[in-house]
Amino acid sequence: MVDATTCGTTDARTILHVRGLAVSAGPRALLRDIDLAIPERRVFGIIGPSGAGKSTLLRCLNRLVDLDESLHVSGDVELDGRSIFAPDVDVDTLRARVGILFQQPAIFPVSIEKNVLFGARHLRRLDRRAAADLAERALRDAALWDEVKDRLDAPAVKLSVGQQQRLCLARALALDPEVLLMDEPTSALDVQSTDAIERLIVRLAPRCTIVLVTHDIDQARRVTDRLACLGLRDGVGRLVQCGPCCELLDGRTNAEVAERLGGGSCCD
Amino acid sequence: MSEPTHENTEKPRSPAGERWVWLSGSALTLALLITLTLVAVVLGHGLSYFWPKTIEKIVLDDGSARLGQVSNRDVDPISGEPRVQYKIGNEDWYGHAFEWFDRSMIVETSIPRDAVLLERLSHGRFFGFLTEVRGGGTIDLGAVDPWDRLIEAQERVGELQKTVDDYEAEMHALNRRARKVGDQLAKLLYDRVPEDDPRVVRLREKRAALLGEIDAILEKSSAEEARIRQVATTFRDADGREGEIVVADIVRAVRPNAITFTEKCSVYASRFWELLSEEPRESNTAGGLFPALFGTIFMVFLMSIFCVPLGVVAAIYLHEYAKDGPLVRMVRIAVNNLAGVPSIVYGIFGLGFFVYMIGGRIDDLFFAHRLPEPTFGTGGVLWASLTLALLTVPVVIVSTEEGLAAIPGGIREGSLGIGATKFQTLTRILIPMASPGILTGFVLAMARAAGEVAPLMLLGVVKLAPSLPLDGEFPFVHFDRKFMHLGFHIYDVGFQSPDIEAVRPMVYVTTMLLLFVVATMSLTAIVVRNHMRRKYATGSF
Ligand SMILES: Nc1ncnc2c1ncn2[C@@H]1O[C@H](COP(=O)(O)OP(=O)(O)OP(=O)(O)O)[C@@H](O)[C@H]1O
Ligand SMILES: [Mg+2]
Repeated sequence: MVDATTCGTTDARTILHVRGLAVSAGPRALLRDIDLAIPERRVFGIIGPSGAGKSTLLRCLNRLVDLDESLHVSGDVELDGRSIFAPDVDVDTLRARVGILFQQPAIFPVSIEKNVLFGARHLRRLDRRAAADLAERALRDAALWDEVKDRLDAPAVKLSVGQQQRLCLARALALDPEVLLMDEPTSALDVQSTDAIERLIVRLAPRCTIVLVTHDIDQARRVTDRLACLGLRDGVGRLVQCGPCCELLDGRTNAEVAERLGGGSCCD
Repeated sequence: MSEPTHENTEKPRSPAGERWVWLSGSALTLALLITLTLVAVVLGHGLSYFWPKTIEKIVLDDGSARLGQVSNRDVDPISGEPRVQYKIGNEDWYGHAFEWFDRSMIVETSIPRDAVLLERLSHGRFFGFLTEVRGGGTIDLGAVDPWDRLIEAQERVGELQKTVDDYEAEMHALNRRARKVGDQLAKLLYDRVPEDDPRVVRLREKRAALLGEIDAILEKSSAEEARIRQVATTFRDADGREGEIVVADIVRAVRPNAITFTEKCSVYASRFWELLSEEPRESNTAGGLFPALFGTIFMVFLMSIFCVPLGVVAAIYLHEYAKDGPLVRMVRIAVNNLAGVPSIVYGIFGLGFFVYMIGGRIDDLFFAHRLPEPTFGTGGVLWASLTLALLTVPVVIVSTEEGLAAIPGGIREGSLGIGATKFQTLTRILIPMASPGILTGFVLAMARAAGEVAPLMLLGVVKLAPSLPLDGEFPFVHFDRKFMHLGFHIYDVGFQSPDIEAVRPMVYVTTMLLLFVVATMSLTAIVVRNHMRRKYATGSF
């Protein structure tokens, strides 16, 4: 799905700039010297072996690392040229601008519609009509509308895991995020749901920037424009390679890619 | 099973844990048995109290006769002879209400149909035969048969009694106003307003007028009461001795030997209702338990208002905000140990801190004119429930923390990750999801508080409270009032009464009611909790 014209585009504006990011847990370094430029309205992939710090890196991008007292972050991340770690940044607004989708869907034990509107309700006052419209739009964007349109008041925990993952996506989309971070969104899903999510990613890309962490090199081939490869060097996650997806992956087998990353467990 | 030997050889050796299953199983059975026995004894004695038992007439070998209900049977510990205890009532005639008879002393036993049991406002029960009912010039009775006349008289007296009740209510209201005026007066005098100040003079006049009004009504009321007391009956006991009993003194007249099973049931129900709705009589040995029941529930309710929010907020701080360090760990250990501190220690703390320090300060500031009579500087329902709240707050903290810990971490990140603030996450997601845990704490706290008596004795429980802590009188909730409590009632009735025999049933009934209150409150909370559990289940697997 990545055609030659978009391959390796460098003309897009950089929306997220990671500069010399390092994360450590006490004495132990988890990530070191990460420098990334994430272009606007593209799909940016991150691959790497398990434990390389992909999730940790993603959590740095919307300051979810703050929640973990034991993690120490140095270096900087800039969103639209402004540091997200600056003292005057409102974390909650930042997290609404940079949404995140977890590996495991986190569903709130309320109705489907309330789940979708959970974040949006806190940001702006919505009357009932506007709320219903927003919920429908988000659910349509997440390709879930047809499955749940006649049971919006049903408890969301009753949905299947694939549906729950798409519900989380709808919840994030309802906030109109500028950047959407996805941490292995398809790892818990079957082929059909994976396919649905991948198509969604491609469809959403022109509207918002997507940072996709994946284990699956084939998936990276299918949907990403640029790719960052994290690898483990002496137990510390480092950036091994970064560049247009086609450059990094074309003409190589998955095994060769995995070999270069130094992990071995990153491909299925 | 057809080839046991074969099976035995085939079977792998039973794992060592198997024996423990038996041991733990029998331990559980034992615990269950003890509990069930306790409940059965309490229920058996408590519930049989209301049943109108058969009245027996016995003739003794010395020729005298008694009328009464069998209350106990055993063997004389000295002579080894079987003996029977009868409740013979008529304490004002005989000086005692219970009597033991050796079996050999009883010559003849019969069940007279017309034997009457009276429950009276004073002197307890009466057993005898009705001979006559007189209207006494107050009322005219139409019926001929004495029993029918008694029923008619009771009805009419009940109607007449209403006027007296109205007078009493009126006097009560006037009294309240007089007290209020007196309070204002005391305040003025405390502020050193001179005696001849027009305000003081006016208040004095007002109070005098009110007291005069009260006296007038009291006179009318007494006259009416004297008229009612003209309606009287004559009863005869088993030996033929006769005496007069005023109809107004009779609470209930039953002929247990003459009535059918259904009628007995209705007597049972009406006695039960009396227990739940009436005030105690005769220094708590008869009548109802309503004030104690109400006091218990009200105090527990007030206690939960204080302890649940406090415990929940504390648990939220501990679990969601506090950084996990040695300090937090110490606090947690302290909280866990706090639940094990003997309750009397809390009672003493409550007395020193709440009653003397805070209550004394409130009195100094706001009720100085009433001193030396304390208002808040003495035990009261507010201090009692605050102290019990302190006692039970660790339970709420611990179970709320457990409830919070059971929430998957992904839920918190999921909420924060889409821009909800920590506070929104707490109120919209975490607290609702922890609500089963919170309710568990609530149940445990309530059960503990309802059964706690020792600290209350220092903090305002009384054997007879003149008025409830909640009534129609402004400001409706009277935090400073003393109150009655079922647990204390058990202690007081059972161990502070001169006549153990007479109060034994009351002790069982009160115990039964206390168990019932605790069980009902817990059950309600458990039902709500299960509902919450179902509602907030994160069952995606
Ligand atoms: N709070 C923490 N404290 C200590 N170590 C942590 C913490 N969070 C993550 N780590 C460590 O950081 C490393 C990277 O973790 P991370 O979850 O980012 O890996 P990942 O690349 O996402 O792996 P996977 O592909 O298996 O999800 C792991 O070795 C992990 O043990
Ligand atoms: Mg991960």
